[in-house]
Amino acid sequence: MNLEEYKGVYVFAQQVDNEVSSIALELIGKGKDLAKDLNTTVTAVLVGSNVMGLTEILGEYGADRVIVVDDPELKEYRTEPYTHALASVIEKYKPDVFLIGATAIGRDLGPRVCARIHTGLTADCTQLDIGDFPLVPTPGKEQKHNQLLMTRPAFGGNTIATIACPEFRPQMATVRPGVMQKLPREAGRKAEIEEFNPGFVPNEKYVEIMEVVKAVSNVADIMDAKILVSGGRGVGSPENFKILDELAEAIGGTVSCSRAVVDAGWKPKDLQVGQTGKTVRPHVYFAIGISGAIQHVAGMEESDIIIAINKDESAPIFDVADYGVVGDLNKIVPVLTQKIKEAKAAAGK
Amino acid sequence: MKVVVCIKQVPDTKGGVKFKPDGTLDRAAMLTIMNPDDKAGLEAALRLKDQYGAEVTVVTMGLPKAEEVLREAMAMGADNGILVTDRVLGGADTWATSQTLAGALRNLDYDLIITGRQAIDGDTAQVGPQISEHLGIPVISYAQEIQIDGDSVIVKRQYDDRYHMLKAKMPCLITALSELNEPRYMTPGGIFDAYKKDITVWGRNDLKDVLDSNLGLKGSPTQIAKASDKVRKGAGEKVVLDPTASVNYIVDKLTEKHVL
Amino acid sequence: MDFTLSKEHEMARTLFHDFAEKEVKPLAQEVDETEHFPRETVEKMAKNGFLGIPVPKEYGGQGCDPLCYAMCVEELSKVCGTTGVIVSAHTSLCCDPIQTYGTEEQKQKYLVPLAKGEKLGAFGLTEPGAGTDAQGQQTKAVLDGDEWVLNGSKIFITNGKEADVYVIIAVTGMVEKRGRMQKEISAFLVEKGTPGFSFGTKEKKMGIRGSATYELIFTDCRIPKENMLGKQGEGFKIAMHTLDGGRIGIAAQALGLAEGALERTIEYVKERKQFGRAIGQFQNTQFQLADMATKVQAAQYMVYRAAVAKATQKTYSVEAAMAKLYAAEVAMEVTTKAVQLHGGYGYIREYDVERMMRDAKITEIYEGTSEVQRMVISSALLK
Repeated sequence: MNLEEYKGVYVFAQQVDNEVSSIALELIGKGKDLAKDLNTTVTAVLVGSNVMGLTEILGEYGADRVIVVDDPELKEYRTEPYTHALASVIEKYKPDVFLIGATAIGRDLGPRVCARIHTGLTADCTQLDIGDFPLVPTPGKEQKHNQLLMTRPAFGGNTIATIACPEFRPQMATVRPGVMQKLPREAGRKAEIEEFNPGFVPNEKYVEIMEVVKAVSNVADIMDAKILVSGGRGVGSPENFKILDELAEAIGGTVSCSRAVVDAGWKPKDLQVGQTGKTVRPHVYFAIGISGAIQHVAGMEESDIIIAINKDESAPIFDVADYGVVGDLNKIVPVLTQKIKEAKAAAGK
Repeated sequence: MKVVVCIKQVPDTKGGVKFKPDGTLDRAAMLTIMNPDDKAGLEAALRLKDQYGAEVTVVTMGLPKAEEVLREAMAMGADNGILVTDRVLGGADTWATSQTLAGALRNLDYDLIITGRQAIDGDTAQVGPQISEHLGIPVISYAQEIQIDGDSVIVKRQYDDRYHMLKAKMPCLITALSELNEPRYMTPGGIFDAYKKDITVWGRNDLKDVLDSNLGLKGSPTQIAKASDKVRKGAGEKVVLDPTASVNYIVDKLTEKHVL
Repeated sequence: MDFTLSKEHEMARTLFHDFAEKEVKPLAQEVDETEHFPRETVEKMAKNGFLGIPVPKEYGGQGCDPLCYAMCVEELSKVCGTTGVIVSAHTSLCCDPIQTYGTEEQKQKYLVPLAKGEKLGAFGLTEPGAGTDAQGQQTKAVLDGDEWVLNGSKIFITNGKEADVYVIIAVTGMVEKRGRMQKEISAFLVEKGTPGFSFGTKEKKMGIRGSATYELIFTDCRIPKENMLGKQGEGFKIAMHTLDGGRIGIAAQALGLAEGALERTIEYVKERKQFGRAIGQFQNTQFQLADMATKVQAAQYMVYRAAVAKATQKTYSVEAAMAKLYAAEVAMEVTTKAVQLHGGYGYIREYDVERMMRDAKITEIYEGTSEVQRMVISSALLK
């Protein structure tokens, strides 16, 4: 493998139902950073059926070039034809870096593609940099420059690893959605468009789609929630949980509670966090009006980010909170909800 | 019908992650378990055994100690266990792991291969799809329901906001989610029987059609530049501000952490 | 002498532990509070083979040893004393005598469904006037043609009303023994639903409140002649054999209660702060824990020793009595100290140690009080 032949940063521009997924734009945004360091351009690879109309938005969000693989076989996502599309693009265009969103589609597609073309793939990255490998010069080992350094959490977030792929190309990563920033949209900005069709002949690896059903979301289990807005006795009354409901809705979270709230009959038992309730591990845990008894903490201390709001400065919840705010929840929470709504509106979500 | 299930022994993160006094992960102090997604895959296979009389073989790659998960699988009802272990296989990334397992699987007859979607220690979700590619068979990831229909398998496959009902000809590889089912417990008698059975142990030379250059640390395209155990957090920041400043403080933190 | 458990036993413990944590622990508080017999747990245990652990496979069991069975009761009792005794009474007091004394027909008819968990078992010996003193039995069985006719009552019967099959001890006549007339005692198998067999009141208890404890009433209850278990006049021997095994089960239950209380106390003293320090940092706490742990360890060795003796020795009455005596007293002592170390919280029902202390008391009483165990042990010493 002549590594020098491989050039450019490529991203998989995921689309579903002919709508560009947000992750595609995030990858273009990050790809631009990397391309700058590598002194190269960003190519978006758009795969689907009748997707030519989507090239425009990719250009406006920063893609320098879009390779379009358009074929009726690519209408709904299926592993084999999509793998064939990407593997063919890689073989023909020889990218240096190839990024795929760590979505359900991307995490199915990425490993199959990298297995076919024989390169490494780093899953679910949260940080990408260009740098040297090894990071510091090591005797007896050539230090390579301009390598993609891929950083990812492992072990349920308890360890962090930075990974390189020095001997194979492209350097491939799947990237966690929502972590990288998209660029501001630049109306009228145009990408160079290139059409490419490697030919799709169904074989035994093609699976048959018998039915596609769009799921309706059912009642959320607090153990599955990414964001929990949890209230304690300090909320004051069952009626006052309304302000927590509103915050949860604004931020896309789910309401949970402490034992005291269940005992008071304000909330059902299945929303209870703690030793006698459920153990949760969301990305963000808001502890609002919760003092933080050990039994409660045992059920939530593994949360990634803990934000506590409590008027009692000595509440033990502050011992585990990443961000503790001493104050009146009735004054803070409604304003916070409003601010979050504004921030989300501004971000165009 | 023959079903092969690939399983992995992983440290148990559920019963509380253990840390050393310096705040780093204490792997030695943690118990090991069968990876939860793999266990769901095994349960799916055992249901095919109950329903269609399928023969269930479990395969694991790991240190000799990984024999334990094979015994556990057999105590749940698997018929055979194969341990793939060899010094030269150590340090493998997902590419080399999938090459190794594919090399082992080429020795076996199978209609269906089931793997877990991902292992809780690596969270990559790569090995299943990679094995299928090496073996040249279709893959269906994230199975939620599995039915057999003649020489085909029908799978309900979940992704994002929808699910697909997919039909693939066997042989085929399916990756299972722990949501797929509620795995059965071992039975006490099953445990004692499992220890009476032999486990097949394969080394490098038992792998079929695999190049040395694709195995172990040397065969791994990805290399670790740096690994650090995330230091466990203690108390974080605590601020006493007026309500507006408090709100701004929280919004700033949420933005910094990309929650907003 | 090897104190390490086999890999099989280690894995079995993992199984029992996982099952207990996941299926039993979440219900323990409610089962106690509402005196609810955990039928749903019994069904799950049946499905997983927990109701026939030491029964041979040819009779529907798991074919494991008494040690494996004792570990099951131990792990269940760590989280719920009620669940522990349900398994113990079923296995030791009903499956075991049928396995030991039953005819092939009786084993096929009764032991197989019991071991598979399709049916639940119980044992009736105690009467209002005959607890420890088996000679005080009043329940009578009289042969009438091809049927035995039972009259009388049994009290404090674990799994009463919930069980389908009952091993019942009754007087079948008088015999001369060493020049004195004595009651001739025999054992019978009685099915729930047999006309003349009914249940009295459910006892309201201090502990193991989810276990169903009933009075059994026999009024001209007719059972087939072939439902006599063992030979006529073997009832006392069968009862004593059964209790020897049962004591291992209760010893395991007591052990589990003590271990459960110790575990919770260790967790608690690490978290609970007084005077700015975790109470586990005070020497009083540390010394109490050291004593508790040492006694629990000793009890475990004795219980396991008795369980192994059941498999390897012809008689094990003394081992079983010692294990039960010691484990029960340790359970009472350790749970009481656990409550004390929890302070005020230990006295309220939300904390498991409160329940464990109430549950522990019965282990010093049933299947032979601690005094009876001392009689058994000392009579062997002075023989």
